[in-house]
Amino acid sequence: MKILSFLAMMILLISSLLILILNICSKKNFIDREKSSPFECGFDPKSAARLPFSLHFFLIAIIFLIFDVEITLLLPMIPSMTISNIFSYTYIIAFFLLILLIGLYHEWNQGALDWTSS
Amino acid sequence: MYFKDLYMMFLSSLLLMICVLVGVAFLTLLERKVLGYIQIRKGPNKVGLIGLIQPFSDAIKLFTKEQNYPLMSNFNLYYFSPVLNFFLSLFLWMCMPFITVNLNFNLSVLFFLSVSSLGVYTIMLAGWSSNSNYALLGSLRSVAQTISYEVSMALILLSFLILILSVNLLDFIKYQENVWFLFFMLPLVFMWVVTSLAETNRTPFDFAEGESELVSGFNVEYSSGSFAMIFLAEYSSILFMSMICCLLFLGSNLFSLFFFLKLVFVSFFWIWVRGTLPRFRYDKLMYLAWKIYLPVSLNCLYFFFSIKLFIFIFFL
Repeated sequence: MKILSFLAMMILLISSLLILILNICSKKNFIDREKSSPFECGFDPKSAARLPFSLHFFLIAIIFLIFDVEITLLLPMIPSMTISNIFSYTYIIAFFLLILLIGLYHEWNQGALDWTSS
Repeated sequence: MYFKDLYMMFLSSLLLMICVLVGVAFLTLLERKVLGYIQIRKGPNKVGLIGLIQPFSDAIKLFTKEQNYPLMSNFNLYYFSPVLNFFLSLFLWMCMPFITVNLNFNLSVLFFLSVSSLGVYTIMLAGWSSNSNYALLGSLRSVAQTISYEVSMALILLSFLILILSVNLLDFIKYQENVWFLFFMLPLVFMWVVTSLAETNRTPFDFAEGESELVSGFNVEYSSGSFAMIFLAEYSSILFMSMICCLLFLGSNLFSLFFFLKLVFVSFFWIWVRGTLPRFRYDKLMYLAWKIYLPVSLNCLYFFFSIKLFIFIFFL
């Protein structure tokens, strides 16, 4: 862990060196009102860029959260297979995956996975 | 003793980083050449010897261009999210399996999953902080796509891992000495390739930069060096994904030259796909992730778990 954080610091050093090089190299600069406004294909920006938000993406993120938690519960099953009681292990795996599958089909049936609401 | 080990580790990982960056540079050259020949024209062939130093001149050009700062952007986030993106995609290379001098962790698959899912945040921040409608839309699409393919990617990975009963990438070498995983997990392999194409935002699924509707996706406002960093991060993640493909099901003997030839072939495959297939549709992409790949990979996981338990109980 310590070594990994050392290496992470080294890579951060490389990337900040890169941005230092960038700041030294890119000296060309002239200021224009149109250039510093957000790019919208030649038009003036019409609406605020941070307000529009589709609820679909949020719902997808919530479903993702559930499945990610399930994956984190599944991942320790792999190293623990050889060291656990194989009978109870089989039962746990079978029921857990069954619950996952039935939950997915239930979401599908209730229409949570539909992208376009028709 | 300890200090010498640390020194060697720093040196080898620095070497790895530099080689990854040079490899990324030549990967972009390969992409331009291959795309050129697919469209019956020559790619870059003037700079240096037959265009060999084109990527370096591109880098110099990009870094000496002007960097512009949009007026209403959140400056710090806008400035540092490409750096963070670049950092994460290089940090991902730390879990490349080495036997001796570099890191060799037992949980390298977990490291790969967690660091690759961190990459979502930088894209989201880059799109949000640049205060442009196109950038925000592009980042939303890209984040939703990456997130939904990550679930099925982890599940496919799990059914590979249950066969080798370990979360160490190095163990794939032992289990594929005689037969590649390609041959007895063929449908899963296809699903893995498509999922990693979607995960790296490559062409049939490149909704992050749909040129026809969003100008360039989440990196519209970026210019010069920060754009170069996003670009480098994307291509190094492509190289990393093709390395993972080679490790998972293409033999994965890391200590032969053939492994690296396979790596080049898989990254050529990425470019080939870009030159061949048209863009998908976004709702179809979401249906592909949630309604096809997720149930199929869960069922495959059930199947492989039961096969493993069968072998484990009756033959070991």
